[in-house]
Amino acid sequence: MTTSSTNWRKTAEAIAIPLGALLFALVLFGLFCALNGKNPFAVYSLIFRSAFSSWGAFQGTLLRAAPLMLTALCTALPARLGLMIIGNEGALVMGGLGAVMAGLLLSFGSVTPGPEQLQQVSGIPSFFVLFGMAMGAIVAGGIWIAIAGALRHYRAVNETISSLLMNYIAIAIMNQLVGGAIQDPSETIKASSFALPAVNRLTSLPGTRIHYGLLYGIIVCILAYVLIQKTTFGFAARTAGGNVKAARIAGLPVGKLTIIICFLAGSCAGLAGMAEVAAVHGRVNESLIAGYGYTGILVAFVARYNPIACILVAILLGGIISSGGALQRNLDMPDATVLVFQGLVFLVILYSDSLYGRFKIFKEPTPAAPPPPSPSTALPV
Amino acid sequence: MSTDRRIYIPRRQIIRGILATAAFAATTKLSGCADGGTDTGADTQGGADGETLTIGFIYVGAKDDFGWNQAHAEGAAEIAKLPGVKLVEQASVPETKEVQEVMRSMIEQDGAKIIFPTSFGYFNPHVLEMAKQFPDVQFFHCSTLWEEGMPTNVGNYYADTDEGQFIAGRIAAQTSKSGKLGFVAAKPVNPVLRNINGFIMGARSVKPDMKMQVIFTGDWNVPVKEAEATNSLADQGVDVIGVHVDSPKVVIETAEKRGIFSSGYHTNQASLAPKGYLTGTTFHWGQIYKEYVESIKAGKKVADGGIPRILQGSLKEDYIQMAPFGAAVTGEVKTDAEQTQAKIVDGSLVVYTGEIKDNTGKVRIPKGTAYAVNDPALDKVDWLANGVIGSAS
Repeated sequence: MTTSSTNWRKTAEAIAIPLGALLFALVLFGLFCALNGKNPFAVYSLIFRSAFSSWGAFQGTLLRAAPLMLTALCTALPARLGLMIIGNEGALVMGGLGAVMAGLLLSFGSVTPGPEQLQQVSGIPSFFVLFGMAMGAIVAGGIWIAIAGALRHYRAVNETISSLLMNYIAIAIMNQLVGGAIQDPSETIKASSFALPAVNRLTSLPGTRIHYGLLYGIIVCILAYVLIQKTTFGFAARTAGGNVKAARIAGLPVGKLTIIICFLAGSCAGLAGMAEVAAVHGRVNESLIAGYGYTGILVAFVARYNPIACILVAILLGGIISSGGALQRNLDMPDATVLVFQGLVFLVILYSDSLYGRFKIFKEPTPAAPPPPSPSTALPV
Repeated sequence: MSTDRRIYIPRRQIIRGILATAAFAATTKLSGCADGGTDTGADTQGGADGETLTIGFIYVGAKDDFGWNQAHAEGAAEIAKLPGVKLVEQASVPETKEVQEVMRSMIEQDGAKIIFPTSFGYFNPHVLEMAKQFPDVQFFHCSTLWEEGMPTNVGNYYADTDEGQFIAGRIAAQTSKSGKLGFVAAKPVNPVLRNINGFIMGARSVKPDMKMQVIFTGDWNVPVKEAEATNSLADQGVDVIGVHVDSPKVVIETAEKRGIFSSGYHTNQASLAPKGYLTGTTFHWGQIYKEYVESIKAGKKVADGGIPRILQGSLKEDYIQMAPFGAAVTGEVKTDAEQTQAKIVDGSLVVYTGEIKDNTGKVRIPKGTAYAVNDPALDKVDWLANGVIGSAS
């Protein structure tokens, strides 16, 4: 009885505080618009209409949310273990590289196919090629972040700094590879890898323009939630995240947990890279570096590292991003306006974190003194 | 309970906030992940059927970047003045699925019949994909990338800047006292190499012993490295700097601070360096855009050949211009530049006239051969001309 009532209040708090923060951010943004001489209500209604009002508009929102769910997990999972990993962008790039190499190998038999090889796509069914690409991405992205985890565990290197710096290394590796070892010589101005054949691309969900990456994102977020909240492995990880000394004393394999969680985190971001490569670009080049990794960090923060909340926050952010264009084109607002909005939302939601546990209404009522036994039940009959 | 702690914010919280803010700044910086476009109540549904021609412009960065995007935005502003033209513009659109969404909403919501996606990386696959889905819309992309088999409603346009760089190089050589020029460049790819070569060839046509140190920053938009490169060139005694990066702003400003001269690119940067700015090769996209608008208003289409598949030109076509000469350019030098420009326009001077050697001594264009700037042979240039210190690989 008591537990269920606690859960109810906790859930209400976890919903009410971010929601209140969002409304507060909207008010602040409205003030900002009013200062710029725009009617805030016109702005609000435009944001809503352009992001959520129709199925067509909502597709645009979901499409932008898809990669963010996966890159968010790259920060959210290790955070449960008390690690602050921000190497999402690097893992995404490595995942994209792993995916394109696996895809080219399975499609043409070589990552640098010759003219004859390009003419004949191998007979491997597209499902298996895509599966191979996903595996390539998962392994490449996973190993990338696992390195940061291993450095943390074995050499006590700060994982935040190392994973951030590894972003730049990953981008440099990508530039080196697409400009050399795996370069398509016919792309002279923008160094790129060879393109995947059209049959081995990720298609859109039937009847929509959203690619399957969205499905990957939702499924992986749910799996991550189950893993962290409902399994002994997840319990061990959370315990180690709570108090690493206690976890060690309890005999938990902290090193193993660190590396496995980091691997899983990296593989999520890697998968986002695979979806971008297989569904959007068809090849790897610098267009892959679009900031999804960094935006994912924000999604994870705002979602308070809860994988399910990551889905919702990613959709919210997708909506904000997609309304930015409308603000520019319909209200003649500068292109940075949406950044102001995004920044306000994030800062307010982040700082609202310190409000948890401050509201009486969400507190479990202090259990009153046990009621005096009533005479009827006090005496055994 | 703890009323006294109401305004207490834990340190962990502050660190997280700072981290998030930093990450947010990084996002903004790296990607402009910020813009988008599925849209809204359309007040101009199908705007092109009546008198108004709705034209969509998409930029990869800010419209006031003193560089590539500003050059296009200035061109767009020129045609916005024409009667019966309505512009819809969106800036900071990354080269991802995002740009497809932006094109889609410009077409579906704003009724755009013509789209100018101005960044190179938009072309494949994004422009091609949208061109397939909207066969009635015409897409004009700033490149020479169209090939047989691609959607026929896609056209290309491009301006060759070699001739402008040649004139700028002549001005640089006549201004330089140290005899050492510098060049800050993004990547050793064909258009950049050609601009470097044009600059040094112009300089050596005045003083045959001029040397030019080139520094490749490795990327199109890395302000910190661009400033470092400019500083190190200044330290080496270079006194005129040329540039080819996405936004020459940092290079021009740093050169001004160091008290040396600079030659710009893309658009006019004179306001950034009132003392040291000499001139610069600037794109005059407005000219091309005007030609497009005229053809389109006459009912012509690129799909059936009414509009040429590619519009390409240089000084003669007025697709590029020299930025107004700065205060440091003396009367004599000005006259020389104007004369050189006249010779290039009337065809008596061809920049790529053999014999041209690269900086390893190999003959790249033999004696007796001359290439016009739009000659496809020049698209294969992967070398640096004689006099350049640096390597193209």
